[in-house]
Amino acid sequence: MTEVSNDVQLPLAEQNAVDGSVAVQAELPDGSGQVTGLGGGTVGNIRAEHSFMVAEDVNVFYGDNHAIQHVSLEIGKKEVIALIGPSGCGKSTFLRCLNRMNDTIETARVTGNITLDGKDIYRKEQDPVALRARVGMVFQKPNPFPKSIFDNVAYGPRIHGLAADRAELDEIVHSSLERAGLLQEVKDRLDEPGTSLSGGQQQRLCIARTIAVNPEVILMDEPCSALDPIATARIEDLMDELCEDYAIVIVTHSMQQAARVSKRVAYFHLGLLVEVDETDKIFTNPQHKLTEDYITGRIG
Amino acid sequence: MGKGDTTRQKVEAGLPRRRRKELLFKSVGMFATTVGIVFLGVFFATLIAEGSSAFKQTFMQLDVELSEDVLAPDGDLDLRYADFDGLIRAALRAQLPDVTGRSDRRELYRIVSVGAGYQLRDLLADNPKLLGTTQTLWVPASSNVDMLIKGNIDAEIDESLRPISDKQIAWVTALADTGRLETRFNRALFSNGDSREPELAGIKGAVMGSLYMLLVTITLSFPIGVAAAIYLEEFAPRNRWSDLIEVNINNLAAVPSIVFGLLGLAVFINWAALPRSAPLVGGLVLTLLTLPVIIIASRAAIKAVPPSIREAALGLGASQMQVVFHHVLPLAMPGMLTGTIIGMSRALGESAPLLMIGMVAFIVDVPGSLTDPATALPIQIYLWADSPERAFAERTSAAIIVLLGFLLVMNLTAVILRKRMERKW
Repeated sequence: MTEVSNDVQLPLAEQNAVDGSVAVQAELPDGSGQVTGLGGGTVGNIRAEHSFMVAEDVNVFYGDNHAIQHVSLEIGKKEVIALIGPSGCGKSTFLRCLNRMNDTIETARVTGNITLDGKDIYRKEQDPVALRARVGMVFQKPNPFPKSIFDNVAYGPRIHGLAADRAELDEIVHSSLERAGLLQEVKDRLDEPGTSLSGGQQQRLCIARTIAVNPEVILMDEPCSALDPIATARIEDLMDELCEDYAIVIVTHSMQQAARVSKRVAYFHLGLLVEVDETDKIFTNPQHKLTEDYITGRIG
Repeated sequence: MGKGDTTRQKVEAGLPRRRRKELLFKSVGMFATTVGIVFLGVFFATLIAEGSSAFKQTFMQLDVELSEDVLAPDGDLDLRYADFDGLIRAALRAQLPDVTGRSDRRELYRIVSVGAGYQLRDLLADNPKLLGTTQTLWVPASSNVDMLIKGNIDAEIDESLRPISDKQIAWVTALADTGRLETRFNRALFSNGDSREPELAGIKGAVMGSLYMLLVTITLSFPIGVAAAIYLEEFAPRNRWSDLIEVNINNLAAVPSIVFGLLGLAVFINWAALPRSAPLVGGLVLTLLTLPVIIIASRAAIKAVPPSIREAALGLGASQMQVVFHHVLPLAMPGMLTGTIIGMSRALGESAPLLMIGMVAFIVDVPGSLTDPATALPIQIYLWADSPERAFAERTSAAIIVLLGFLLVMNLTAVILRKRMERKW
């Protein structure tokens, strides 16, 4: 049951941490000299090549708490973008805005625009169900359904009616497991419960389950934080392969991981998007004092 | 404990006190458990000691001549009016030819149950060809003879203080000596409805009444309770109204059951004009009674489903309905079923609300439908416990044993269901 409390408390933890945001907001212009505006004071470059998902001036409130403030960011096709920052900085909150998972939190309110292929995903006619089929999500703790491995992967295609018959469903399940690098290990025991796998395998099963729906974006919320280094390395390799087809937005606490897998990095601090740039630039030549402090280990 | 003590010294100084506390706590717990088990043991022991004899019944063997002259004097056998008792009496007289005189014979006739005549009637109804033959039959002895044989009536005390006379005791002894008296399994206890005669009284009517009620209760309260729990837990907005509903449901679970009986009387009988003493109304009242229990248990079961499973399904694009019916419900089902069965056990053992809707009644017929007059097992226990005949005392205990048996089976089912359906995540 411990994982339960993690999942529940995640937004709450951030909510609490953001309480102090007002003070930092005042500090920020001093530290950087940046003009606040649409970018909310973000330095670097929020634009992406082949951008197709655009967040503009996004604010999230949990009740009275202003959890993330004036965040603007573009996500490009087939790129891996890493969201980094100290705990409670709002990176997970931002991630959950991208497929409207925040809708499930009653007190959460989102303002601003997030568009996917030019269409606002928060517009009235947008069905969150359809959105989540296009923007899939992998969670911090592996959370396979207590069903068989096959049924775990087949669930998405089944509810969305992606397979016309059993053969097609088999094909989708096998190719998804293959692409998640799990097929060799589980092909003889697809009937066994997904929960019988090891942690790393479970997480790859969750990735297979996500790509079985063939989304355009995969959101990953610290996908490796519950895994050992070997399992982590496998998931990172997998991300390299997956980004040939999908855009990946990954929240991570490991700067090494961000450096290894991502093309761009966005640094969040207490609800603000402080800096966005190419990964190399962020790690070799950060422009903002806070970013520099964080990546050199002075914050966090 | 001086100021200069090291941490280790301080820890060690406190250890004995901690150990004492632990030991004390453990022994209090063990004492409480032991007391509980002892009381339970005494309860079961007395119950079984008292009630087990009711599963046996004394029968006597009679050679009954199914005489055409007595049964069909004008050549026509009418089962309703034929004098079966006369045949039994004749058989008794033949068995004990020494008994003469009107009052002695009348006393003799009392050692056999009035059920013997009905047994003859049923025999002939099944097979009319037996008319004119002589049959050797085992018929139930009267309850006083039964009590005497089982040792519940002391033959040593003064004749005026016991319900069976010296002469009767002598005849019974004579019958027993010739092997014409036997205790056998008491089928009547399970196949008959209630009766004024203990040896003919059975729990079938009450069991059927209880089953009909539970049928109504479970078909209504399980779906309604589960649906209410799902709505409140998964769909209802959290606001003052839902808080109010929650407080009310929790309160209802603690309302004395007789209040539900009054409600049932007012609504179902007085307003809706449903029949009195009917399992239908009993079931409706018990539904009201068990709904809060089921809703509370189901909500707890739903709450226990990890949010990570919901998030996984939502993240794949499952709708709220799909999340609930594909994931939450299957995982919560063991808890819901357990809650339901516990609610059903409570309903089965409930008697107070049934008082209000007329189910405390002497009903001989076994109910055949939801609207037939019926009584329930706990009510039957109450009625028998209230009866003066000595033989009803053991039947009361026997009925309690049967009721406890049903409860045991239900609770075991709950445990097995939970164990089998429980899934790890």
